[in-house]
Amino acid sequence: MTHVDHEEFAWRWAEAIVGTSYVPIERRVLASRLLGLTHQLVEAALAVEFDPSVGRQVGVDMVAAHFTGTETLRETLALIAEELPGLLDSAPPGVDAAGRVAQLVASMAAGYAGALRERSLDEQDAIYRAGLRARRQAEQALAASEAKFRAMFTEAAIGIAIADLEGNITDANSAMQRMFGYTYDEFTQLNILSAMVHPEDAASVWETYEELIRGKRDHFRMEKRYYRSDGGEIWTHLSVSLVRDEAGAPAYQVALLEDISERRRLQNKLEYQAYHDPLTALANRQMVTERLGQIFAGPAGHRRVGLCFLDLDGFKVVNDSLGHDAGDQLLKTVASRLTRCCSAGQLVARMGGDEFVIVVEDTAGAADMAALADKVLAAMAEPIRVGDHELNVTTSIGVVELAVADTNPEDLLQAADITMYRAKRDGKARYVMYDRNRNEREVARFTLSATMLAAVERGEFFLEYQPLVGLADRVLRGVEALVRWRHPTFGVLGPERFIDLAAESGSIVQLGRWVLARACEQARAWHDAFGAAAPFVSVNLAPRQLHEPALVDDVAKILLDNRLDPSSLQLELTEQALMGDEAGPLTVLTKLHDLGVRIALDDFGTGYWNLPDLRRLPITELKLAGSFAVGLQSPSPLADQRIVAALVDVAHALGLTVTAEGIETPTQLERFRAVGCDTGQGALFAPPGAAEEIDALLRAASPLCDVSGESL
Amino acid sequence: MEKPSWASDDLDIERPSPARVYDYYLGGSHNFVVDRRMARQAIDLWPELPLIMQANRAFLRRSVRYLVRQGITQFLDIGSGIPTEGNVHEVAQAASPQSRVVYVDIDPVAVAHSRAMLPGNSRADIIQADLRDVAAIFNDPRTRRLLDLGQPIGVLMVAMLHFVPDEADPASIIARYRKMMVPGSYLVVSHATHEGSPDQAGPHTELYRRAGAPLIMRSRLEVEALFDGFDLVSPGVVFLPLWRPDSPADVDDHPERFAAFAAVGRRE
Ligand SMILES: C[S@@+](CC[C@H](N)C(=O)[O-])C[C@H]1O[C@@H](n2cnc3c(N)ncnc32)[C@H](O)[C@@H]1O
Repeated sequence: MTHVDHEEFAWRWAEAIVGTSYVPIERRVLASRLLGLTHQLVEAALAVEFDPSVGRQVGVDMVAAHFTGTETLRETLALIAEELPGLLDSAPPGVDAAGRVAQLVASMAAGYAGALRERSLDEQDAIYRAGLRARRQAEQALAASEAKFRAMFTEAAIGIAIADLEGNITDANSAMQRMFGYTYDEFTQLNILSAMVHPEDAASVWETYEELIRGKRDHFRMEKRYYRSDGGEIWTHLSVSLVRDEAGAPAYQVALLEDISERRRLQNKLEYQAYHDPLTALANRQMVTERLGQIFAGPAGHRRVGLCFLDLDGFKVVNDSLGHDAGDQLLKTVASRLTRCCSAGQLVARMGGDEFVIVVEDTAGAADMAALADKVLAAMAEPIRVGDHELNVTTSIGVVELAVADTNPEDLLQAADITMYRAKRDGKARYVMYDRNRNEREVARFTLSATMLAAVERGEFFLEYQPLVGLADRVLRGVEALVRWRHPTFGVLGPERFIDLAAESGSIVQLGRWVLARACEQARAWHDAFGAAAPFVSVNLAPRQLHEPALVDDVAKILLDNRLDPSSLQLELTEQALMGDEAGPLTVLTKLHDLGVRIALDDFGTGYWNLPDLRRLPITELKLAGSFAVGLQSPSPLADQRIVAALVDVAHALGLTVTAEGIETPTQLERFRAVGCDTGQGALFAPPGAAEEIDALLRAASPLCDVSGESL
Repeated sequence: MEKPSWASDDLDIERPSPARVYDYYLGGSHNFVVDRRMARQAIDLWPELPLIMQANRAFLRRSVRYLVRQGITQFLDIGSGIPTEGNVHEVAQAASPQSRVVYVDIDPVAVAHSRAMLPGNSRADIIQADLRDVAAIFNDPRTRRLLDLGQPIGVLMVAMLHFVPDEADPASIIARYRKMMVPGSYLVVSHATHEGSPDQAGPHTELYRRAGAPLIMRSRLEVEALFDGFDLVSPGVVFLPLWRPDSPADVDDHPERFAAFAAVGRRE
């Protein structure tokens, strides 16, 4: 019964205080705890020896259990004062239960207040100390980060300096000190506006700086030069930032400087290398292009420009006979002589090999350039010492002087180049002044020769064939292959228009190889179609080709490729090709002869060879020049006829066959036949024509130009 | 020399701190005059606040117990505040002694105090960090020591996400936590709402805004949206007292007066 009362009391207590304090327990648990306190209070009130401090302890326990809300105390005390006496029915007589409850309530209040005070003070103390610790930690973190920042500032590889808005340097890190050679103390005595100015700073440098100081910009970067404390110069990549105060007003400036002197040096060096010839230290072609570009960039006005294009005469011989070192030595000497001939504004450059150029700006007329060219020729007149040799080096110079408005860099250079070639052809060791009219012809030639190789590739060349006919039986023996160029702009060109050019430019080698190959292919085709009746092909060789030792292999390979008997091929060369005292051509010719290839000496009788010499030559046939045919046509041909007869006799005596060229009439045919000439060639039989025309002749298989019935 | 930005002074006990104001609501004395002044103002405007906070703590306790029953013994309590009765490690360790707890709070004083209270508990520790520094929190040696991320964990964000503004994109922050939580992990959230107490919500948020700790009340839908990638545990997103109450008697007639939603989600 009593027990139930206690429990009910505890429940009501719990009801009253739940929610008045934050106690993280369930109501059931709460009620059972309060039941414990209820028991204590009842026990105390009924005890024989009344101890009011039990109330105090209950107050302390409540605080410990976190019943600390202000309402909690009020509700608790009210409940105890009003309801606890109802649990004290069993109080022994003489016990003042109501008075004891009042005392218990009072001491509970005191215990509660005291405990709450202690607790609050403890918590205050704890949070205060937590605050202090947190602040200390924050300060440590700040100090650590400042130390980190300071360390970064000090140790940075990049120079960092701080200055006020007047330009007084207030701090400079060690990289900065090393870069400039000032100590920290020296630095902090310096002002940017005096110590950091370089005379060659662009005006914009300090305008930008002013803008920064006045807060108009927050940042700028540039490459800038400075003087070090020792007077040396450094290039830096500079980056300056403005730091503002809290109100946004400029406060001070921070500069970061990276030493890029080394990089600049390298850059300059690379730039220098890009524009200079390493051997002579003269400007190179790139520089010439650049300079001409500048000259032609501005408005032309009445400005004029001059250019000398020089090529040493016979430099190759020096290189080949004395070696490259000697050649280099020579070029260096020439370079310095040229430089001495020129004044400051004139650009001397080595274009490559033994070619040099002098560019002169703002010339007054051709006379200026002529004077310069004379000076150069004079300077070259003195022999040049290379090692143990005294070399007499001459040079050919093409000189151009034009109004800027009338030309452009490419044309100017080309004109000078072509004019230089003319100087070579005119006999070297001289200068030639550019002549616009002449030049245009040269340009056309030049264009032809420059495009010839590509034209071979593009298949612009083709062959025509002219029959070589047996004079006794009028049977087709062979054909002479004649090269033609179907030029896209100039139309079909005969060999006389391009063979010399090809020889000059060297493209004759490729062209010649092509002609040989093409002719042999055709020979093969005829063999396939006509067997033994197929003609041999006769291909012209340019003198230059005989200087190519590879020719023999080329011929052998082409024959092999086409499965041709060497006797199906005849090579024609002019007397001229065997002139000169070099052994090379003759050796090549001998080898070709040994291969079994027929060799014809073309145009015989026009030049240099006399009959006995023929003995020495590895040839199989003579082709008599067309002039003999002209002679035999004359009304009184006796003398000519006798000469031809003698030639034919000798040739036959030497085992050579004889072909007459230029046979245009039956008379000529008959007369050549009469003196024993073996074969003939000319319009009378057929002009040069396509392979198909030869096919037709072969198919007809009848004697060509059967004129036997005609009167003589 | 300019003070570098990483050395910002984030300790300012001249201003009220949500953690200490919350402590005052709960009857604690871990607070300073500024905190109490603000808390009293708030209570004047909204007398139920202490009750609401108690209900929040009660939810915290219930949710931790629930998680332990689901087998969770590792907890990451973000925005843990000032330690008071019924701390997560106490509740969890009472239910399962080997439970481990990593507390995280941004408030340096709360962290310093927590640290003073924690020594001796080798199964609980505290990190000072912003909720948003997910990588820093998971990489912290204390986290690595206490939590095995190969096993499910309970992540608590109780009464704290309303301090995260929309600009900070709380959903994406939670998504980053989710990536670190293996399936079977749980997310516990309670969040202030204007739903149910529209009159008090306005002045209350205004008070927090002026105190420099803006508080964003969110709707039920918005709170639900935070659980993207989680399965909401029954009863879903509900007012605080309605989330798995201990006894019917604990449920008020007007649960909406508690002005906060509670929810627990399970990582799929
Ligand atoms: C109202 S208390 C909640 C304490 C505890 N979670 C509870 O429910 O009883 C909110 C806590 O979140 C912390 N807090 C606020 N923003 C935070 C953030 N971005 N990162 C970490 N903690 C944050 C505050 O410092 C404060 O201690």
